[in-house]
Amino acid sequence: MLREEELKTFVDGTTRYFEVAAQQPATIGSPYLLEGEPAIHDYTGIINISGKREGVVYFTAPRAMLTVLLMKMQESDFSHDSMRDLVGEVANTISGNARRDFGHDFVISVPSVFAGDKPQIPQQPGARAFVIPIHWRSHSAKLVVSLT
Amino acid sequence: MSNAPDTVARRPVRLLIVDDSNIVRRRIERSQQFDDLQVVGTAANGFEALELARRTDPDLVTMDLTMPQMDGIECITQLVRLKPAVRILVISALADKATAVEAMERGANGFLDKPFTDRQLNEAIAELMY
Repeated sequence: MLREEELKTFVDGTTRYFEVAAQQPATIGSPYLLEGEPAIHDYTGIINISGKREGVVYFTAPRAMLTVLLMKMQESDFSHDSMRDLVGEVANTISGNARRDFGHDFVISVPSVFAGDKPQIPQQPGARAFVIPIHWRSHSAKLVVSLT
Repeated sequence: MSNAPDTVARRPVRLLIVDDSNIVRRRIERSQQFDDLQVVGTAANGFEALELARRTDPDLVTMDLTMPQMDGIECITQLVRLKPAVRILVISALADKATAVEAMERGANGFLDKPFTDRQLNEAIAELMY
């Protein structure tokens, strides 16, 4: 069963990216349990986790949010590659935060990045998926944590 | 009486930026605020970094750790053999202590967590080079 402090590590990794890179903090909405199809936006960074826990954590964001985030970072390249790059960096930060907090109990993969609404997200049998809405400016993304 | 000039021109600090993210490479290039720091190259993986280091003779390298083809830890090991005097600032999201220790043992001189602010970047560079 996922513990609250474990969930907090993933949430903090996500909000930290916005706070530091864009100098504007993100807020989180009320978490809920995912039922049915994965909740996916335009770009998704996925981290696979094994060891003490098994499963997947992913950050998925709409293009509009990533565009504004790039602008706040003084970027002028809003290409598809830049969007992938950015969502990968957010996922990297989530992954790094988890490594720092969990140490060797968790084996955390290098993030993989997908574009489009049908990325292949590995499902762990029996794992419940928690969805944490991430609000930043007028946009919303999702952090999904699904671990056994 | 000497004809030597009053001041000796100091060679700029030559910076090589290594990161597989275009966004991060541009960020470092844009955010550094030192007049005498010159970006001599940018590389997206360890192989490119070593090739550029041979050609550009950097004084300072900012080094990501998680990169395709050759990661930062392996690149640091080879870079230190190639350019023993080079200073290496690791800039990585892998913020755990074991990773930082391993990078330092291989020859890195400093460690900066991602994401970073402009101020944090400049302080980390200043600590290594000035």
